[in-house]
Amino acid sequence: MTALAYNSLHHASPQAADQIFLIVQHWIVSHAPAGLQSLLAILLSVVAIVGGFGLLFAITTILERKGLGRIQNRYGPNRVGFFGSLQPIADAIKSLTKEDIVPQTADKLVHLLAPILLVLAAFSVYAVLPVGRNMVLVNLDAGVLFFFAIGSVTEVAVFMAGWSSRNKYSLLGAMRAIAQMISYEVPLILSSLTVIMATGSLSTVTIVEKQAGFSRILPHWFLFTPWGFAGFVLFMIAATAESNRSPFDLPEGESEIIAGYYIEYSGFKFALFFLGEYLGMFAISGLAITLFLGGWNAPLPFLTWVPSYLWFFAKLLTLIVAFIWVRGTLPRLRMDQLMNFAWKFMLPMALLNLITAAVWHFMPSGPVRWLVSIVLVVVPYTLLGRNQMHKSHLEKRVYRFAE
Amino acid sequence: MSTSMEASTPAAHQGFADATMIDHESDLLQISLGPHHPSTHGVFRMDVVLDGERVVKLKPVFGYLHRNHEKIAESTTYLASIPYTDRLDYMCSLSNNWAYALSVEKLAGLQVPERAEYIRVIAAELTRLQNHASTIGFLMQEMGASGTPLMYAFREREKILDLFEALTGSRMMCNYMRFGGCRVDLPAGWLDQARKTVDEYPRFLDEFESLLASNEILLARTQGVGVLPPKLAIQGGVTGPILRASGVNYDIRKVDRYGIYERFDFKVPLGEHGDVYDRYMIRMLEMRESLKILDQALHQITPGPIIDPKAKIRGFRPKPGEAYGRIESPKGELGFYLISDGTPNPYRYRVRPPSLINLTVLEDMCLGSSLADTVVIFGTIDIVLGEVDR
Amino acid sequence: MLGEGIAKGLIETARNFLGSYVNKDRLTTVQYPEQRLPQAEATRDFPFLVYDGEDWQAGLRCVGCQICEKECPPKCIFIEKSTDKKPDAVGKPQFYPAVFNIDISVCMSCQICVEVCPFDAIKMDTAFELSTVDRFGGLLWDKARLAKPNQHYHHVHPTEAAEVDGRLAEERAKADAKAKAAAEAKTSAPPPAAPPAAPPANSGVSSTS
Repeated sequence: MTALAYNSLHHASPQAADQIFLIVQHWIVSHAPAGLQSLLAILLSVVAIVGGFGLLFAITTILERKGLGRIQNRYGPNRVGFFGSLQPIADAIKSLTKEDIVPQTADKLVHLLAPILLVLAAFSVYAVLPVGRNMVLVNLDAGVLFFFAIGSVTEVAVFMAGWSSRNKYSLLGAMRAIAQMISYEVPLILSSLTVIMATGSLSTVTIVEKQAGFSRILPHWFLFTPWGFAGFVLFMIAATAESNRSPFDLPEGESEIIAGYYIEYSGFKFALFFLGEYLGMFAISGLAITLFLGGWNAPLPFLTWVPSYLWFFAKLLTLIVAFIWVRGTLPRLRMDQLMNFAWKFMLPMALLNLITAAVWHFMPSGPVRWLVSIVLVVVPYTLLGRNQMHKSHLEKRVYRFAE
Repeated sequence: MSTSMEASTPAAHQGFADATMIDHESDLLQISLGPHHPSTHGVFRMDVVLDGERVVKLKPVFGYLHRNHEKIAESTTYLASIPYTDRLDYMCSLSNNWAYALSVEKLAGLQVPERAEYIRVIAAELTRLQNHASTIGFLMQEMGASGTPLMYAFREREKILDLFEALTGSRMMCNYMRFGGCRVDLPAGWLDQARKTVDEYPRFLDEFESLLASNEILLARTQGVGVLPPKLAIQGGVTGPILRASGVNYDIRKVDRYGIYERFDFKVPLGEHGDVYDRYMIRMLEMRESLKILDQALHQITPGPIIDPKAKIRGFRPKPGEAYGRIESPKGELGFYLISDGTPNPYRYRVRPPSLINLTVLEDMCLGSSLADTVVIFGTIDIVLGEVDR
Repeated sequence: MLGEGIAKGLIETARNFLGSYVNKDRLTTVQYPEQRLPQAEATRDFPFLVYDGEDWQAGLRCVGCQICEKECPPKCIFIEKSTDKKPDAVGKPQFYPAVFNIDISVCMSCQICVEVCPFDAIKMDTAFELSTVDRFGGLLWDKARLAKPNQHYHHVHPTEAAEVDGRLAEERAKADAKAKAAAEAKTSAPPPAAPPAAPPANSGVSSTS
């Protein structure tokens, strides 16, 4: 690694740009005593992750507000800095200087721990996301399993917040949140199971490496297979539900129970909840990119000179933009409709997707494989979709007029 | 049929709003969707008893915006009450003015010239457009479409409010109708501006429909929710778009034929199921019918006087008697009941507020639905607290 | 197909997003206070008293008849009539308001005072940026604060002001013609058996006021 690094530096090749962070890390670590070198390396990576995704959080808040603004025919924030770019700093100052109000009858310890636990869990899952070539904090053999396990801790944090606030609205919000998050874990994991089956490994690094390469101009990402496309869509819907984003943001249903489980939080703790929610969104998008969108792989053969981490963040930004776009358009689902959708539509689709993935894997490659897989995806989708609409007697109506 | 508007005695109030988290006997949650709430269209409170997410009991509590409107009217002149009627249903001030002017004209036997009638119809239909736009915008907001349809609706509403400002001097508190006609004539260029606004409006309606009308989430949230059977609606005295969405053909513009509405060719849309989706679609269709009326009125209007020459601005003393004048305001039947005793001040002045009467059936519509639905159903009744509390 | 309506909605939103960069119609924000929307001519905010000429006290049209005070719905006008008379714009002695206060924290901009004033003395202004830190004194406007010249009236409501000026000039011309006719009748008719100290000819209106 050292020789490659120094060679790249001297030749200023694309590899240098690609591995620049590793080179810098290696250089810093080489100044430390031998016993502490691995600890220092890990610490540097952790700082880089926290700093990098924290910065992304700040950028996302301003992107979301301006994006929603433009969708709604108005400017977003544009007073602080050029085009509002310094707005996150203003928001940070505000949240740090606001009074921290804790209800008198609240359970103070749990009330304090809930946002901290949320942020801890949200940050921990970044350990297994490969952000670039050779740039993963820990290359676990069971990376995806680790991700889902730690990611579920956020649900505990949400319930802690709702319960400890001693407020009927937050209790309602917490109950809704738990029900929603638990029901959507199942389609989430089932849709990622297809990728695990296809690659035969739970390690995120292996999954990304299996998606390298191109056939003519089409990359080998799992998105460009029928089962991968269906899996990706299911995964993203479940991801939206897991991060409590619109249209699944009933737990924080702003217009009914005002803020749901974080109604009694103010000041910095509120900002931590925000941070935790957004970090969760980035993490699960990151996993979607790793599983379906080829991780840090370039989309076209002649673009491989662009550094790998730039591709990862470009894809991440695309997914964030998609989240914002969906938020600006759709109303939210009611609780029972949400659960109905999870158990009666997404779960059967995810299970049938497993069969499609298996069929794809064992058939010889060629147009027949494509045709069969597409049929295996589209037919259940149409049938289940029609079932969903008819069950609730949803129809297009025609109105009569009287004179 | 049970109504839930018991008199708010201290004892009943205390028991209901008791701050116990959960009733240990039966696991019911008492919650107060209190006066400070983003979705209650003003200072309005609903005491709700929930069983899980289902509503078991619902009691509306209002009166937070009571401003003694009717008592004030008894101590001021008829003319001085007109600005106060603006503030009743503060979204539709021109309709309120017309209803009051109609009642006084019935009381005093004044005749309204033709041009004034045309202007009144144009003003009322423009009011209906902007009120319905605001209602459906807020309905979408309550359903969680984070403000996007609301902003589109308000973008159109601004154009109509600009028209009002050019005509009456104020965007919302218009104070424009007088007894026997209107206050001032249309300014130069107003008709062209109005025609332009009316011509551009259907584009917004089409955009709105493509945004939401076949959206599956919207359909799932609104169809079958908050059904109001027509018999219950008639028994409860409900009027307006809610009644028509339940299938009852009752539009005061067609029944009373006040003003010059019989000259215009328009239809009355009727719903079948009486659920939230029907009420939402009825308002969209009513907006299109209003556009038809506006189109015809803006082309048929001719120059002429705008106020009855016999009408007096100062020293107006109608003969002793009583009169009830009503119009189809965007929210329902808005009526004014006046008793005059020959003095410049009315002896009794009573407003029939459509929002308050429509609230009678709120509990019946919400029983059995979930809390999220309650907010949506409440949004479709389309109340304005200024009218409910006066 | 499930998802069709959602896709249509997403396209609509995208159209608005992209359109907001190219189409003025899709970005309706006006960046107040750097940009301002033009106000309609008929806008009304708070009243002001009109005076003709240069001196606001001498040219004030208001004669203290207190009609606006009586008709004001929230009773926000407070007038004290003077005990002496001073000549008005055409020289006729009229009362004037010694005190004319409007409490604009009560005023609801209904414009009834303007409608009922027989002298076109009070009109509606269009200024709305009227914040003050003094809640009591700052919101009780006296005669000096309320008096504004006729040019200001022309500036904010040109059509109305032109019409008012035309009407007032017409009335004055009629009154002048009547006075001239009366004076001619007086000089041409035989002098009556009246005391020799006849008062000088009253310049201006003699009968109606």
